Amino acid sequence: MTAQPTDIATYNFAYLDEQTKRMIRRAILKGIAIPGYQVPFASREMPMPYGWGTGGVQVTASIIGPDDVLKVIDQGADDTTNAVSIRAFFKKVANVAVTTETAKATIIQTRHRIPEHPLTSGQVLVYQVPIPEPLRFLEPRETETRKMHALEEYGLMHVKLYEDIARHGRIATTYAYPVKVEGRYVMDPSPTPKFDNPKMHRSPALQLFGAGREKRIYALPPFTDVVSLDFEDHPFEVQTFDQPCALCAAENVYLDEVILDDHGDHMFVCSDTDHCEKRREQGRRGDLAPETMEPTQ
Amino acid sequence: MEIATQAIEGGFVDPVFDAQTVFRAVMDAMARPGTLQPLPVFARPPAPLSATAGAIALALCDNDTPIWLDLVLQAPAAVKSWLGFHTGAPLAHTPADAHFALIATPAEMMALDGFSQGTQDYPDRSTTLILQVSDLVSGAPLLLEGPGIETTVTIAPAQMPRHFVEQWKQNNQRFPRGVDIILATPEGVACLPRTTRIKTMEA
Repeated sequence: MTAQPTDIATYNFAYLDEQTKRMIRRAILKGIAIPGYQVPFASREMPMPYGWGTGGVQVTASIIGPDDVLKVIDQGADDTTNAVSIRAFFKKVANVAVTTETAKATIIQTRHRIPEHPLTSGQVLVYQVPIPEPLRFLEPRETETRKMHALEEYGLMHVKLYEDIARHGRIATTYAYPVKVEGRYVMDPSPTPKFDNPKMHRSPALQLFGAGREKRIYALPPFTDVVSLDFEDHPFEVQTFDQPCALCAAENVYLDEVILDDHGDHMFVCSDTDHCEKRREQGRRGDLAPETMEPTQ
Repeated sequence: MEIATQAIEGGFVDPVFDAQTVFRAVMDAMARPGTLQPLPVFARPPAPLSATAGAIALALCDNDTPIWLDLVLQAPAAVKSWLGFHTGAPLAHTPADAHFALIATPAEMMALDGFSQGTQDYPDRSTTLILQVSDLVSGAPLLLEGPGIETTVTIAPAQMPRHFVEQWKQNNQRFPRGVDIILATPEGVACLPRTTRIKTMEA
């Protein structure tokens, strides 16, 4: 290794030891070869608690090289705790370039969103996944869910969606909405809002999913069919918003509700902070945009 | 050269970054089947193991992954000792025990279904075949489609196994079980994961 001890922590490049990386790399290759199948892997303890993206961090650490440009988002935002600390982690242990711009990144690690800016060929999207098994809340036994995947027995999932309709009059699942990959495996797209499901379908980017606590890796190669489960009379629909982003006036993007005071006033703003900032730099202004733009950090 | 020297020389110069570069090329090739991902020469294994196939073995194999060698690679002691020294990988007793199979003469190789296919519960427990071919243009053209391919892509790898199109169709039918193939050429790598289908060309 050629790292200078002064500007890089004295870990192996990207924190993980080489044997761990090889093990994860082999799991990634199997995942790509069997889209939607959850490959078991020997997840390591990472210097952060489970639930903070240990699966995604291990996948990123195994694929990243010194020429990569890393972007990390947490619910679409580049500036929240999880995103900031993971970005700092890779700056420290791998000394890689980081960015907040979707178009400039080669690897994007994400917690529960897909960027609004279309992804391109050559980019890799790494998802942090809490519960990789889409059938887990319907069938708690791993031995049974494994058999269900082996036999392609997904009736239970359709019953669950049907019960939604019986109870609420519509499919009430709004995030972690189950998808079928290449007509074979039912897969959990991680708790992304169902708004993002259509972006997975035939995406030109490679999508990798890492679940650290549950010790599973799965993948979607580019241009893979990803179909959200639905019924003929209750087709899959994404969320719609009746007002644009209050800061940048964007429509057809995913919005977060922000509470403004204790009188119930609220605003809806883009969940993707990079997308919102770019639009405001271009002079697009929403109803609640400040008169002069504050300098961004 | 002494066998002992041959076994020790010719590994990665910079193991961490060379392994990462080789893996990224294989990952991109697996994600985009039928595309050639260029690779410079990172390893100098003893003949007849090629530089590309040797580099892939160094990047992916270790003491957790039994390797199976075809007859041509089994013959010289130097190949076994080189792989043993650099990867620590044990040799598999039968092809069905192997996680990786290194094949120097694909045209004479055994049938694909002789290798581990994985199980219906664990389709990932299958053999990954690393085939040494001289190029991707001089063989019979294969029109490929499937995940990772936007429409179709054509490659024509040389020295492919006998009845490959028919064997590959059977491999597809076993999905999610089946083997994945990494083609190692002197210029780089290309992959045929089990999801890739060969469209039969019009005569």
